Amino acid sequence: MNEMTIDATVENIIKVTSFVEQELEALDCPMKAQMQIAVAIDELFGNIAHYAYNPDVGPATVRVEVIENPLAVVITFIDNGVQYDPLARNDPDTALSAEEREIGGLGIYMVKKSMDEITYVYQDGQNILRIKKNI
Amino acid sequence: MKITKSQNGNNLTVALEGRLDTNTAPELENVLKNSLDGITELTIDMAALDYLSSAGLRILLGAQKTMNKQGSMKVTNVNDTIMEIFEVTGFVDILTVV
Repeated sequence: MNEMTIDATVENIIKVTSFVEQELEALDCPMKAQMQIAVAIDELFGNIAHYAYNPDVGPATVRVEVIENPLAVVITFIDNGVQYDPLARNDPDTALSAEEREIGGLGIYMVKKSMDEITYVYQDGQNILRIKKNI
Repeated sequence: MKITKSQNGNNLTVALEGRLDTNTAPELENVLKNSLDGITELTIDMAALDYLSSAGLRILLGAQKTMNKQGSMKVTNVNDTIMEIFEVTGFVDILTVV
């Protein structure tokens, strides 16, 4: 297990992505899974950066764990910001036309569809969002 | 992300290289905002694009809406990861992916 704690800002998404990719390097993680994980980080850490401490800036912790048999990576995002359960919102209607489309909720929906597991808990004042990707 | 524009009359091709995400989507939004006047055919070339997140989908949707009014738009050279994102989100029906 390895983790980093960093200010939850949009500018820091790239640092979180590099940190996680470094952890994945040793695993021979397929390129597609790596990209899906990078998208998930952009959506989830981006959400924290935009909303958790708005208009202030606060910290977030990103933890990477590797599980064996079967091989999987588990990434946990923890912040002390406003309580927010991203899984509580309804999935977007993906059948609407361009004119009717809204982007809200699309990011978390993409993460739900590309990861093997996603769980959210609010505990001791912390939003704890955990994703698991089988490799 | 690297954005390369090439224009031929009313046809504009915008080639994307790298990652279209929260940090880079505003760059593309800016380029498109200043380039679509008088364009009737817009091509977004994704040959060198690794992936995109919902921030990128938002820009593509905006470009599609603009082009619906003044011409047409197509998205080319999409890799497997990006195609899956278009399929999962229903963007495959909004965009013309060739």
